Amino acid sequence: MIWGLEDVRVTFGRRAALDCVTVPVEPSRITVVVGGDGAGKSTCLRTLVGLLEPRSGIVRRPAKERTGYVPATAGLYTDLTVQENLDFCADAYRLAAAERGPRQTEILERTGLAAARHRLGGQLSGGMQRKLAVGLALLHSPDMLVLDEPTTGVDPVSRAELWRLISGAAARGTAVAVATTYVNEAARGSSVVLLEAGQVLASGSPDDILRGVPGAVGSARGRARPGTRSWRRGADWRVWAPDGGLPDGIARVRPDFEDAVVVAALAGEEKAGER
Amino acid sequence: MWAMVAKEFRELRRDRRTVAMMVVLPVVLLVVFGYAANFSVSNIPTVVTGPQAAQAAALLRAPFSVTEVDRGAGQATARSRLQDGRATVAVVTGGAGTTVLMDGSQLFPVLTAEGALAKLAAAHGGGRKAPPVRVRILYNPKLTTSWVMVPGLAGLILVFIGTLITSLGVVRERQTGTLEQLAVMPLRAWDVIAGKIAPYLMVAAVDLVLIILIGMGLFHVPFAGNVGTFALGAALFLLVTLGMGVLVSTLSQNQGQAIQLAFMIMLPQVLLSGLIFPVSSMAPGVRWISWILPLTYFIQISRGVMLKATPITALWQPLGLLTLLAVVVLGLAIIRFRRDLAPSARSVRADEPVAATRELA
Repeated sequence: MIWGLEDVRVTFGRRAALDCVTVPVEPSRITVVVGGDGAGKSTCLRTLVGLLEPRSGIVRRPAKERTGYVPATAGLYTDLTVQENLDFCADAYRLAAAERGPRQTEILERTGLAAARHRLGGQLSGGMQRKLAVGLALLHSPDMLVLDEPTTGVDPVSRAELWRLISGAAARGTAVAVATTYVNEAARGSSVVLLEAGQVLASGSPDDILRGVPGAVGSARGRARPGTRSWRRGADWRVWAPDGGLPDGIARVRPDFEDAVVVAALAGEEKAGER
Repeated sequence: MWAMVAKEFRELRRDRRTVAMMVVLPVVLLVVFGYAANFSVSNIPTVVTGPQAAQAAALLRAPFSVTEVDRGAGQATARSRLQDGRATVAVVTGGAGTTVLMDGSQLFPVLTAEGALAKLAAAHGGGRKAPPVRVRILYNPKLTTSWVMVPGLAGLILVFIGTLITSLGVVRERQTGTLEQLAVMPLRAWDVIAGKIAPYLMVAAVDLVLIILIGMGLFHVPFAGNVGTFALGAALFLLVTLGMGVLVSTLSQNQGQAIQLAFMIMLPQVLLSGLIFPVSSMAPGVRWISWILPLTYFIQISRGVMLKATPITALWQPLGLLTLLAVVVLGLAIIRFRRDLAPSARSVRADEPVAATRELA
């Protein structure tokens, strides 16, 4: 692991917000931290960039000059124009005069915001604001890019564009850590950390996680809920059998990522119940 | 309706600052301002000079409080005492008669002194032929209220801009989440504070010049003294008020809280700084509050320089205390702001397991 968290524990008062959490963040790769609200995703990323100090564990990160960060709340000044936002970031990261113009133009092109250059940040749509925020964090070509829920509340088209921007950064060698609540986005990462209540439920590549689903997952039709370890998927029900033995009439299916996440959460709950 | 009432009380109970404002503040304000709001002056520092200084001093009764009797000194010494603010009234004896000089920048003490002097003349002038007493009011001969108010109001407006606007600017940054981003950028806490304060400092400086020019143009307030001395005092005062703005912002989570706190800081300055009520006539129990308010010192400097041409050497005390306040307030503001910006710089208790954090260049 080059950057990331290793066995990190973060506490708020007596409550452990992160417990023994390891998140690898490697160059040219995207690490997706996925989990529900309050799972500890933001705490994870804020610890990674140095906004929170862990109680124990190791945090490895590049120097501030080589880090780009977009918090969940903002990431840009709404009362500055797109160009003024770019200028501020260029100044803050002390971009060389010769580099500034070309970098800004490149970011405007990559974010598709060249036409909105002179519009106020606050006048941009939600999707455009998030694209600008990611673009600003990329302006100084950071070694590590940390994005806290960049796609939350954004329409599907803008989400696709944002992911293109993020993938492009990874392709250029940047180590990317992204937090998301959208399970289907986890499959876009080369490495996934599934968080729940401050603990890692599962981690690895999306394939690893799919292969690691314990027991069997089946699909059932009908209105009635087929059992306690089941959940809705469209018109069907999914059923999980930890011991691999699915009830009669339920066809075994290959779990997808959404199934894997739900199974990991159920397995986590059962493990906690046994203790 | 009861659901609304219960909900409102629950919300109010959690907002302790508002509860404090609603319950504690009125009581405190009433007590403090009841003792502070006092137009009547009971103590007028008086210097007596000239050959009959001792006899004249013996005649003076309260509210005159003789601080200096100098037989050898003349009118020049008396004037310099008034100019330096060491006395409000100077009695110069000898020559053709007695001259009483008064510091017109001290509105209420002078009005009180005039009344007391008239009583004194009536009491002592009846029997034998009393030597003529001439009264001369210096610096503000017509006792124009605006001449006294404008230099003080300029300070009050700066408190408003400095504390309120600065704190709102910083809190906005916290509320929108951009403060968190600044913390991650390669900026030092000092860069952020200085960068945040500098524009407000410049706007406030322009404001000050504007207020003074309007005061001179509209109300014919004189500017008798040295512009440099005034500028020095104003710069120190601005640093204190802007520092208070940053301090307020570090104690506030949102703009509403910042406005509440800023008002709690501004209100005492209006009433306790000597802007309206003379500090010398406040009850001793509340007078000390005025000594920790920056506006008290700015008013001493601005009235001194503008109306009386007080030299910098006589203003070392308010200038020095403003410097001290600037250091304390800005220091506290920086310490608190750093904590907001760089949590990793927070001290770690010795018994805590220290986490390893590596920053790789």
